[in-house]
Amino acid sequence: MKLGVSDAGRLALAAAGVAAMIVLPRVVELFTLVELAVFCILAILALSLAFVWGFGGILSFGQSAFFGLGGYAYALAIANIGESTVPILLGILVPMLFAVLLGYFMFYGRISDVYLAVITLTVSLIFYHLINSTSGPDYMIGKARLGGHNGIPGIPPINLPGDPAAQLDIAVVFQVSLATLLLVYFGLRALLASQFGRVLVAIRENELRAELLGYDARRYKLFAFTIGAGIAGLAGVLFATWGSFIGPSVFSIGFSAQIIIWIIIGGLGTLGGAVLGTVLIQYLTTWLGESKIADANLVLGVVFIVFVLLVPNGLVPTARKLMSARRRVGR
Amino acid sequence: MDFAAIVLVQVAYAIASLALISVGLAVIYGMMKVINFAHGEFLMLGGYAVILPVQAGVNLWIAMLIIAPLAVGLFGIVVERLIIRPLYGRVIDTVLATWGLSLLLIGLASAVLGYYQEGSKPPLGSVAIGAYRESVYTFFVIGVATAVMLALYLGLKRTRFGLIARGTMQNPAMAAAVGVDTGKIYAATFGLGAALSGLAGGILAPISGVVPVIGATYIAKAFITVISGGATVLVGTAAAATLLGSVNQIVTFVTGPVVGEVALLAAAVILLRLLPAGITGRLFRGGV
Repeated sequence: MKLGVSDAGRLALAAAGVAAMIVLPRVVELFTLVELAVFCILAILALSLAFVWGFGGILSFGQSAFFGLGGYAYALAIANIGESTVPILLGILVPMLFAVLLGYFMFYGRISDVYLAVITLTVSLIFYHLINSTSGPDYMIGKARLGGHNGIPGIPPINLPGDPAAQLDIAVVFQVSLATLLLVYFGLRALLASQFGRVLVAIRENELRAELLGYDARRYKLFAFTIGAGIAGLAGVLFATWGSFIGPSVFSIGFSAQIIIWIIIGGLGTLGGAVLGTVLIQYLTTWLGESKIADANLVLGVVFIVFVLLVPNGLVPTARKLMSARRRVGR
Repeated sequence: MDFAAIVLVQVAYAIASLALISVGLAVIYGMMKVINFAHGEFLMLGGYAVILPVQAGVNLWIAMLIIAPLAVGLFGIVVERLIIRPLYGRVIDTVLATWGLSLLLIGLASAVLGYYQEGSKPPLGSVAIGAYRESVYTFFVIGVATAVMLALYLGLKRTRFGLIARGTMQNPAMAAAVGVDTGKIYAATFGLGAALSGLAGGILAPISGVVPVIGATYIAKAFITVISGGATVLVGTAAAATLLGSVNQIVTFVTGPVVGEVALLAAAVILLRLLPAGITGRLFRGGV
C-alpha cells in the first residue's frame, strides 16, 4: 500500500493522539487535565457542525440543541437507571431521533439557507424556554427532577459497563474524551471518503445538478443531519459527566453561535480547523477569565473582528495556501 | 367588554414592540443582506442614549426621540465604514464580524457603565378602561411603531431616495451602472437601520430598563421576525410582527408568559414550513 502525504499526516496525528492519551495524565497537573478534557468534548461538538455545515452545506444554528438533548437524556436516564451504559446510548439516540423528525420536517419541506438556520435556532430556543420553566418539584421524569433554570447537578460519572461502582476518574475521562475525539474525527474522514460523502459534497456544491443525476438530496441531507445530531449528543453526554452538571444555558443563542465561531475561525469546510478553532478560542476565553487582564467579551470581540477582516478563510485553509505557495517557490 | 378592550390593547402593544425591535434589523437585512448580530447591542446603546442624558438633566422626550436615534445612527455609519464595507456579499463573515462587535459593545458597556441597572418607571401615568387601568405609555409605543412603519413605507415608496434605494436593493450592479453611488446608499441604509434600532431601544428603555447584556433578549426575536417576514422587508416584518405578536400575547393571556413565548417560536417554525421563503415569499409581493 502506498501512503500519500496526507495519509502519513493522519497516521502521525493518530499516533500523537494515542501518545497524548498515555503520557499527559502522568505529566500534567490534574487541573490542566480537566481543562483539556473539556476542550476535547467541545471539539467533538464542533466536529459535528463542521460536518453538517462544512460538508453538507446545512447551516444548523441550533446544533447545541442536540448537545443539550444528549446531556439531558443522559442525566435523566442515569438518575433513573443508576448504570451508565444505557444512558450513554440514549444520549446519542434521543438527539438522533429528534433530528430525524426535525430534519424530515425541514428537508422534505424544501427549507434551506437562512430559513433553515432560523428554524433550528428557534427550536433550540423553544427548548431553552421550556426547560427554564421546569423549576418546580412537579416536573419529574421518573426519579429525576428537571430542575428548570438551576439545571441538573450531581450527575453520576460514566462507569465501566455493567459495574456501577467502577466509576471513571478524571484522568480516564480525559482519555475517553480524547479517544472519542479521535474516533469521531477519523470516522467522519472515512465517511467523507465514501460514496455517501462524495454525494453529500456534490449536493453542497450544486443541489440541482446532484438531483438531476438521480440522487435524492433530501435523503442525503437528512442522513448527514442525523449523524451530526448523534455526534453532538455524544459530546453532550461527555459534557454532562465532565462537570456532573447540565443546565438550560446550552440551549441559548450564545452557546449555538459560539460553535459557529469556532468553525469560522478554524476554517469552514475542514474538520481539523474546527478542532483547532475550538481549542484556541476556549483556551483564550479560559485564560482571559483567569488572568483578569481585560474583560473577556471585549477581547474576544476585537479578535473576531480583526480575524474576519484579515484571515477571512479561517486558519487551516489560509495555512494550507501559504504552505503550497512556499512549496511552489521552493521548486 | 372592558376585558376585551384591554386584551386588544395588549395585543396591539405586543405587535408594536415586536415591530419596533425588528424594523432596524429588517432595513439592514433587506437592503444589504447583512445579518447584523450586534442589533441587540444597538438597542442597548439606544437605551443608554436615553438614560444617561436624562440623568444629566435633558428632557426625556428629546433624549428619546432625537438623541437616541441620532447617536446610534451616527455610530452605525462609523461601523458600516470600518467593519461592514469590506465584507459585502459575505453573509457568514458579517455574522462573525457583527457578533464580535456585539461582544465588544457588551464588554465596553459593562467596563464603563457597570452592571448596575438604573430603575425608571414609564412616564405619562395611566388611563382607565372600564374597570382596568392601562399605562398611557403603552399607547405611545403603539403610536410610535405605527408612525415609524408608515414613514418608512412612504419614504421607500414615494421619495427619490426610496426609489434609488429600492433599485440598489434589486440590482446593485445596474444601479451603479446608471450612476448611483451604491456605497453611499449602503452607508445611508445602515445608518437608517441603526437609527431605528436606537429609537426602539430608547423607547423601550423606560419599560425594560437597560443593562449591558440586554441585547440578548431582543436579538433572537428580532431575527426570527425579520426572516419569517421574507424578502419584502417592510411589509414582511409588519405581517410577521402582527402574526407572531398576536399569537404570543393571546397565548400569554390564556396560559402564561412562558407558553406564550414558546407559542411565538412554534408559530414561526410552522410558518416557515408552510411558506419556506417567509410570508412575502408568497403573499404581498408588490410591497416594499
